[in-house]
Amino acid sequence: MNDAVRGDRQPGEASGVQPAARPKVSSKFRLQWEEAQGAWVLLYPEGMVRLNASAGEIMKRCDGRRTVDELVAELEQAFDASGLQGEVTNFLDMARKQHWIEV
Amino acid sequence: MNASAQPSAAAIGPPLWLLAEITYRCPLHCAFCYNPTDFAATTDELGTEEWLRVLREARAAGSVQCAFSGGEPLARDDLEVLVAEARRLGFYTNLLTSGVGLTEARAAALKEAGLDHIQLSFQDSTRELNDFLSHTRTFDLKQRVAAMIKANGWPMVMNCVIHRLNIDYIENIIDMAVELGAEYLELANSQYYSWALLNRDQLLPSREQVERAERITNERRERYGDRIRIFFVVPDYFETRPKKCMNGWGSVFLTVTPDGTALPCHTAKMLPGLAFPNVREMGVREIWYESEGFNRFRGDDWMQEPCRSCPEKDKDRGGCRCQAYMLAGDAAAADPVCDKSPAHHRVLEAVDLAQRPLQSATRALPLVFRGPAESRRLIEQSRNAVAP
Repeated sequence: MNDAVRGDRQPGEASGVQPAARPKVSSKFRLQWEEAQGAWVLLYPEGMVRLNASAGEIMKRCDGRRTVDELVAELEQAFDASGLQGEVTNFLDMARKQHWIEV
Repeated sequence: MNASAQPSAAAIGPPLWLLAEITYRCPLHCAFCYNPTDFAATTDELGTEEWLRVLREARAAGSVQCAFSGGEPLARDDLEVLVAEARRLGFYTNLLTSGVGLTEARAAALKEAGLDHIQLSFQDSTRELNDFLSHTRTFDLKQRVAAMIKANGWPMVMNCVIHRLNIDYIENIIDMAVELGAEYLELANSQYYSWALLNRDQLLPSREQVERAERITNERRERYGDRIRIFFVVPDYFETRPKKCMNGWGSVFLTVTPDGTALPCHTAKMLPGLAFPNVREMGVREIWYESEGFNRFRGDDWMQEPCRSCPEKDKDRGGCRCQAYMLAGDAAAADPVCDKSPAHHRVLEAVDLAQRPLQSATRALPLVFRGPAESRRLIEQSRNAVAP
């Protein structure tokens, strides 16, 4: 644990999540769909983060296999949108700072 | 029930948090325990099948966090069965334990069952204080349990109830948590209900003690940085606005006690004149949305002045109903922690008393330690008190 946290502080964090990175939901959190709340949530010891719709769509694709570029392309196709790169990267940067994802 | 006077089911969120108090049995004797002082009157614990049904009903009603607590939950040998079903249903499963009774075999079985998290508590630190500080038996036990938690890949969360008798050693407590490899440490100042209320004059720290403890905690946070996250919960007696108790009555939390009583908070059973349903007689969904006990303090129709016209009423929901009952004699009153409450002086008196040295004559009462014999004595005492 301590190593992981220190690892998050290594140089590189400042530069943000890179397009070729393969983000993965952190082992400290569990991501699941909650029907009663109509939302994806992140569960952790005695706590919960309720994700909004777009955050949920991004997080559920953070499986350690897709790259950020692939994730963006998939979302643009699924929602018939373009230019999502900036929004997705900003979210992933925040998610990493919150330790929700590992890169 | 008058449907128009109550918030509609649509406006009431699901019972996201289920606190399953599966037993009052406990090997410890904490003087600050929040279990009811008459817990010894509970003899008919819910059985395994009943708890499994409660878990299924709560999950279907939208519960997602489940904490197994007590008493000491490890005192039940079907804990693993309950955890496995909770996990299978999609709960995030938490075990709140002192670690007493956790063997390698049980830890492995709990891991197999899918337990997500163990919160390890220093629950008996008044009695344990000496070896606690000298790093002997307590440290050995917690170290053994901490190693099991790590070996099973669980997050390492420690909890220590803070009070007058241990608050001056807060640096030792923090350093020990770091030494044990805790990722999170909750320094929870004792709240004054049940056993803790009986012992309040001995347990409530002075203002100077609280200020020093906060200062030391901040220094340690700087020193340890990301190695540990430390939460320091200030005792509400030192505040001028009450806590938003349970995030609002019947808004998030559902407690089920060992005998199946369903409560909006773990101490609400003390409130007079309120019928709380039992899971043996009513389903969880009906309990949450329909029962009188859960609807009683929803919305704000129940509020009196100064709450009713208070601009902050949505922020703190009038504070804690139990504290209002205990200190102002009326569960619908403002929580006397609030300095707008006509009973705020009761809180100030307790705080003033805490400024005096512990040895003074008014404070010479011995601590009352939680235990079945003591509980039966208190039940007897209250019977005699109400007899003519």
